[in-house]
Amino acid sequence: MVETGGVIRRDLEIVVLDQAQVERLEAEAVNSAKTRQPLYAARKKIFPKRASGRFRRFKWLVMAITLGIYYLTPWLRWDRGPFAPDQAVLVDLANRRFYFFFIEIWPQEFYYVAGLLMMAGVGLFLVTSTVGRAWCGYTCPQTVWVDLFLVVERAIEGDRNARMKLDAAPWSARKLFLRMTKHAIWLVIAVATGGAWIFYFADASKLLGEVVTGTAAPVAYATIAVLTGTTYVFGGLMREQVCTYMCPWPRIQAAMLDENSLTVTYNDWRGEPRSRHAKKALAAGLPAGDCVDCNACVAVCPMGIDIRDGQQLECITCALCIDACDSVMDKLGRERGLISYATLADYNANMAMATSGGTGPVNPALVRTPSGSFAYGLAHFHLGKIFRLRTYIYLGAWSAIGLVLVYSLVTRERLELNVLHDRNPQFVTLSDGSIRNGYTVKLLNMIPEPRTIEVTLDGLDGGEMSTVGIDPPPSRSFSIAVEPDRLKTLKIFVRQPADQIRKPAQSFEFRIADKASSETAEYTATFNAPEISR
Amino acid sequence: MSSEHVDEISGVTTTGHEWDGIKELNNPLPRWWVTAFYITIAWALAYTIAYPAWPMLSFATKGILGFSSRNEVKNEMAAAEAGKAKYVAAIQSKTVSEIAADDALREFAVAAGGAAFKVNCVQCHGSGAQGSTDFPNLNDDDWLWSGKTEQIQQTITHGIRFAPDADTRQSEMPAFADVLKPEQVAQVSAFVASLSGPVRDKNLIEPGTRVFADNCAACHGENAKGNRDLGAPDLTDAIWLHGSGEAAIASQVRAPKNGVMPAWVDRLGETTVKELAVYVHSLGGGE
Ligand code: SF4
Ligand code: SF4
Repeated sequence: MVETGGVIRRDLEIVVLDQAQVERLEAEAVNSAKTRQPLYAARKKIFPKRASGRFRRFKWLVMAITLGIYYLTPWLRWDRGPFAPDQAVLVDLANRRFYFFFIEIWPQEFYYVAGLLMMAGVGLFLVTSTVGRAWCGYTCPQTVWVDLFLVVERAIEGDRNARMKLDAAPWSARKLFLRMTKHAIWLVIAVATGGAWIFYFADASKLLGEVVTGTAAPVAYATIAVLTGTTYVFGGLMREQVCTYMCPWPRIQAAMLDENSLTVTYNDWRGEPRSRHAKKALAAGLPAGDCVDCNACVAVCPMGIDIRDGQQLECITCALCIDACDSVMDKLGRERGLISYATLADYNANMAMATSGGTGPVNPALVRTPSGSFAYGLAHFHLGKIFRLRTYIYLGAWSAIGLVLVYSLVTRERLELNVLHDRNPQFVTLSDGSIRNGYTVKLLNMIPEPRTIEVTLDGLDGGEMSTVGIDPPPSRSFSIAVEPDRLKTLKIFVRQPADQIRKPAQSFEFRIADKASSETAEYTATFNAPEISR
Repeated sequence: MSSEHVDEISGVTTTGHEWDGIKELNNPLPRWWVTAFYITIAWALAYTIAYPAWPMLSFATKGILGFSSRNEVKNEMAAAEAGKAKYVAAIQSKTVSEIAADDALREFAVAAGGAAFKVNCVQCHGSGAQGSTDFPNLNDDDWLWSGKTEQIQQTITHGIRFAPDADTRQSEMPAFADVLKPEQVAQVSAFVASLSGPVRDKNLIEPGTRVFADNCAACHGENAKGNRDLGAPDLTDAIWLHGSGEAAIASQVRAPKNGVMPAWVDRLGETTVKELAVYVHSLGGGE
């Protein structure tokens, strides 16, 4: 059905719409308020129509960026010298190292990852409390991959109507061919997705060669298989069901949104009463809203819902219905934003205005001036509205964690010393009466370059060190080569002459120093002796 | 259920169960959920066929895949052995001093020897090899039979005063209670104690010197520094196997304790003995 423009009466004034060509679509929300099904029922198929507009363009951009990051990151190189891998981002499980550009993390520095996760958590609070489910709508892998799979589906089977027709049609050679092509391409994307994941865990180009020639580790193939399966099933087959039934985030978000958070909103106060026959309604002196009930918003929705039923769990705020409706409004020559990002506070204020404080049904004329423009006092969105105390607290916490992480990253030690005092025996009496204690000393060279470390004994009068496996005679200082990016374990014996022993437990320091970089570290250890010494 | 009851608000039939006026809606389960449920049942069945599961009267089904956790352990042990093979082969073909000189091999031998020590040696020498009265401390630098790796290996291999082994280390301190008079025992004990510390009665030292020269110097040496060929201890140092002080020394002179250590090579094999020797050598007193 096509409507060829119309006349809408607004109190004193008559607006003649352009010869707008607004196509009316047959679309019904899967969870339409009129026929809302219980959650427990067979899934209704959804055939999202292609949308176009500024949010769609933005989503293409986000999609290109996120997919680009995911697929290309493992191929970025970063020169770390001859003793460390040159892959910019690498989780080296075998050697227990994590490389991120100029940062290298050892397992004991995992708190950086914990810190990043905290930032991600607080960041999610920040984003959700301000711009709602932006994560869901734009950057969530589920959303991005479903979008990608839909691109394929549209390219093969056509847009909404063609797909619906194909789906209803009996099986034929053509249908079989189209379906097989679609699923084959989906599978290729799924394999590429699973394949890209493993490159984060080993040298990408070497692993690619191994994977192709069948010589990679079984775990690599298993990972690819699992991720291929999940990508194909979640992105191709389950789609919106993942968001509605499986993901906890839609439930959590409800606790984070407040009346000042942005959500995709159908503005009843200017849309209702919706009418396919606005002309007739106006002619009969009845109010008519801006919504022409064309269902464009429902047809484009990847979740298959009707935003006009109000905010709902299923809505991922992808804003495609905004694009759809905006182009309808453009055709009708009305202001954009019948569906728009709005806060609940604004929406409520405008609703109050349109319903005379809730005393009657929506009358869109109440939000307009006689000349047809929006009335003075109508709430409009501006950025200041989403910045409130809560936002600043989140922002503060988020940047505080970030600053702490950056600070500790900049000042962290790359040369460390750990000492473990032998407990059994605590001390050994030697033939000349002197006392010996044993220590397991670990030197951590945390940079990918070989270093010569000088180990020095500080304090403990007359004390001398000797080392298993190193020849030089006992002394108070010696040097030892430590391999790049490795931990060196030494067994150091410290011996003190009987006549210098002052008490059963004496403190002294192990000091290590890298002469070249003048980095140092120290450890305060205890030297034990028998209670009564000679 | 006697009558089909339909809930007015939702228009869904109820199960007929009612608790304090609250009724349970009989909503159909989502199809994917039901499918997944049936798949898990099928999976569970298949699993019990593939793996050992069903208990019978005197046995349990073996499962067609032939899995058993005992085999898994066996395989893992074999894999561990295979991983060690390279080092074990090297240890077999090299002498203990060669092993001790090679960083990687020494590390392996110390770990393996440490494990063997914990099982076989700690009963006498203590868990830290620190010994106790009558049982030597292996951490210190005082050795009855030498602290060189080869010599330690020899001691572990053949034991000390271990009759069944022909090559065992042999020596025996005679009981001097029959030979020396009690005052001579007191004198020689005072002399020996004076070599490493103060004594109660300095007047005993002088006569003790003569008793020592006549009776003890043959094994312990003129200067009392001991003799490793005979396993005779150095009497001038701070370490006393059977206790320090005049009383302990006198007791040892009168009726000596002669400790026995078994030969280990038959029981542990040459490789483990080598590893033990390197381990003991690494404890800090090795020469
Ligand atoms: S209702 Fe609109 S914003 Fe929500 S999921 Fe559907 S198209 Fe996206
Ligand atoms: S809200 Fe907009 S897109 Fe949706 S039916 Fe109304 S006019 Fe059409």
